[in-house]
Amino acid sequence: MLPRTSSPFLESQHNTGWIMRQVVLAAIPGTAMTIYWAGWGVFANIIIASLTALTLEAIVFLLRRRSVLFYLSDYSALVTALLLGVALPGSAPWWIAVSGSAFAIIIAKHLYGGLGYNPFNPAMAGYVFLLISFPLPMTQWPELGNVDGVTAATPLEFLQQNTTLSMAELWNGEILPFGPHDGFAWINIAFLLGGIYMLARKIFTWHAPVSMLVTLGLASAFFYDNGSATSQGSPLFHWFNGATMLGAFFIITEPVTSATHPLGRLIYGTAIGLAVFIIRAWGTYPEAIAFAVLLMNFAAPLIDRYTQSRVYGH
Amino acid sequence: MLSDYFILLISAVLINNFVLVQFLGLCPFMGVSTKLESAIGMAAATFFVLTLASICSHLAYYYLLVPLGVPYLRIIIFILIIAGVVQFTEIYVRKVNPLLYKVLGIFLPLITTNCAVLGVALISLNKQQTFVEATLYGMGAALGFAVVLILFTALRERIIAADVPRPFKGASISMITAGLAALAFMGFAGLTR
Repeated sequence: MLPRTSSPFLESQHNTGWIMRQVVLAAIPGTAMTIYWAGWGVFANIIIASLTALTLEAIVFLLRRRSVLFYLSDYSALVTALLLGVALPGSAPWWIAVSGSAFAIIIAKHLYGGLGYNPFNPAMAGYVFLLISFPLPMTQWPELGNVDGVTAATPLEFLQQNTTLSMAELWNGEILPFGPHDGFAWINIAFLLGGIYMLARKIFTWHAPVSMLVTLGLASAFFYDNGSATSQGSPLFHWFNGATMLGAFFIITEPVTSATHPLGRLIYGTAIGLAVFIIRAWGTYPEAIAFAVLLMNFAAPLIDRYTQSRVYGH
Repeated sequence: MLSDYFILLISAVLINNFVLVQFLGLCPFMGVSTKLESAIGMAAATFFVLTLASICSHLAYYYLLVPLGVPYLRIIIFILIIAGVVQFTEIYVRKVNPLLYKVLGIFLPLITTNCAVLGVALISLNKQQTFVEATLYGMGAALGFAVVLILFTALRERIIAADVPRPFKGASISMITAGLAALAFMGFAGLTR
């Protein structure tokens, strides 16, 4: 007698833990670059956020009488803490990382039942919570590459506050500012490489990140007037500044909170790119990735509902 | 001029969204957001009531109350107008779509007590808007309410399947979700200066 088996016959060997480890691996260059440019404070933030996240997750699973080791080994809390920690300014006091991580893990993730159920990206929810509650420590970035811990406005803040200088004057004539502000460009390039690695390993599909970057580029190109004082920055500026690449490849690709259908992912990415540009160009907050992602997390279930494939014979 | 109107509309829909930024009209937002079909019906009904009520309130205030010298009666008159418009909508929905009328149930007459409806009329007065502005403001508020209600309902339909801890099931997780959505809407702050 032959044993009777049913589909699927080609079983994927990749579980959640494997995917999350790949994400951590892909985030290493970008994280290292951020630490190199922004100082060891970022490293401390990542460590504090990770310890908080793992501890709280263990406590939640103990309270819910689940197997702590089994759930902790899926590395999802670590990825959340890493993405949050790398987005925090290195000069922020320790309780910033602790409270942000706690908000992300407890409220944005485990009140909904943990991994796979959370409608909002936990890391971004934690970040927005911190940005709204503690705006001052959250916006004081150290001047990149300056080891003395001098805080300075980020290029996005420079651009937002600038009303008199032309773009050429503002960046000393450099198009892609590989000058005194080049830290952000290098950080973004490193995250881009990590993203391409994950794309090659098929961790996610190209739809959301590509549509987001294309939309952001088109929108900024449309409003770019060759660098006058009121211009909003070139596509290159927007692509390689702030958290663009981190957002495009590590945050909006999260499978749980994004749309699921390829068409849905295109809509999702396009809307995020548009929201990022609108908030960066005309909003109060200089960086928009977190807000744009939360907004579209909110819209993702409806997108899913109208883009799901029709089941054959239905 | 046209761009001013556009900004007013966008501001009412997104930046000062009545539900998630000003926290008005939370009762139907929580009450009717369990099924997408009824939420869409509610959104349409509220859109109609809100727009019509803000037009009528504006006309009643400037062409009835002010000439008669009794502007202090505005709250009573506005509530009367809103109740009238809601009654009209109710009769219409019952005639045209009896199923939707059944699904909406008590929430259809309760649009009368939707604080967003009275809120729009009063805020519009405070801002001393012209007739066109008041109409657009009412439409924008209604559109913002409709968009947020429909998105929230789709999200809630997903949360029903989630493994929410028992103490947080039902209304509490919905409140937390609305709070997180409000966090997201904070991003629009300052878009119109």
